[in-house]
Amino acid sequence: MLAILVATIVLHLTDLTILFISTCANAWRTHGESSYDLWYDCTQSNGGYRCLWTSDADWLQAVQALMVLATIFCLLSFIIFLCQLFTLVKGGRFFFTAVFQVLASLFVMSGAIIYTVMSPEWKKESDVYGYAFVLAWLAFPLTLISGIIYIVLRKKK
Amino acid sequence: MLSVLALTSVVLLSLASQITAIVVYTSWEKHALVGSDVRLSCSFFSWHWTSPDVTFSWQYRPDGAKEGISIFHYGGGVAYVDNKGPFRDRLEFVGNPSRRDGSILIKELDFSDNGTFTCDAKNPPDIVGHSSSVRLLVFEKVPVQAGVVTGAIIGVVLGLLILIVAIYYLMRFLVARRVFSLSMSKHGKKGKGKEGTQQKQIPKVPPVFISF
Repeated sequence: MLAILVATIVLHLTDLTILFISTCANAWRTHGESSYDLWYDCTQSNGGYRCLWTSDADWLQAVQALMVLATIFCLLSFIIFLCQLFTLVKGGRFFFTAVFQVLASLFVMSGAIIYTVMSPEWKKESDVYGYAFVLAWLAFPLTLISGIIYIVLRKKK
Repeated sequence: MLSVLALTSVVLLSLASQITAIVVYTSWEKHALVGSDVRLSCSFFSWHWTSPDVTFSWQYRPDGAKEGISIFHYGGGVAYVDNKGPFRDRLEFVGNPSRRDGSILIKELDFSDNGTFTCDAKNPPDIVGHSSSVRLLVFEKVPVQAGVVTGAIIGVVLGLLILIVAIYYLMRFLVARRVFSLSMSKHGKKGKGKEGTQQKQIPKVPPVFISF
């Protein structure tokens, strides 16, 4: 049964890594050498980068907040999982870990949905969605699955 | 001994007033809505007492222009406001020179008022110093500053989280002390079984299994 434990931890750490990359990398929308969102509008010209802050749009700030919160909650759930691993009674469920992980998945889902809905107005035709956007959408089902695993997981008697 | 101390402090103070210059303070940037009024504040720091000959002057340089024009001057106890330039009938002196406040009020802003306002204050004999500038930005709708919404959402959610955890532990504490006799006091909350004796676990990785 050690395999299940290792697999769960690996999944959780993968989720954490994906969320970190998606939140911190500035590549939600790209166009050739330019990258836009979540934090900067960067263009490469004459061999150097020119970066401006992204616009003050309310929805973009909400996406920033939701992605940061999802990362924080995923990290918290991992710490709580490690705590609960050693302090839970036998046969108990990892309830708190599951709660935080599911909340993290809800936050990343809301962030990705808001961005998907609002960005076409701001997007130029030639822009494509970058890898950070794809990772955000990938993070949502992975964290949800991880949360559900924690709900059904039980500490062995 | 005391007289020597007093003498040295007086000498140092007079030296300091020779060395330090007058320092003028204004805001860095001012945001205002079109049609509204904006108060541009100007103050100064000087080692000398506020002289009756203190002067304040404001200059305005529009965005993109190379030169500025003078729009306000206070000297000799009299305030002279702009009566020919872009701010005629719109400028008002709302400062208090004896309190080192040389603020002006500009009414009925328009988009053409975007620019840099420079305040220069002189407190004779302290006249050497830099002036200070404030940028005026006129908006149709005041934008939410970058990061305010982000910080607010993160702060509220984390605050709620801390509140819920605190309330949970408070309830557990009160139930354990039998202040409230709830029927769930026997089993506690599902999953976090720390009631009663806490078994000392051997610190090796305990196995888990999936069950429904």
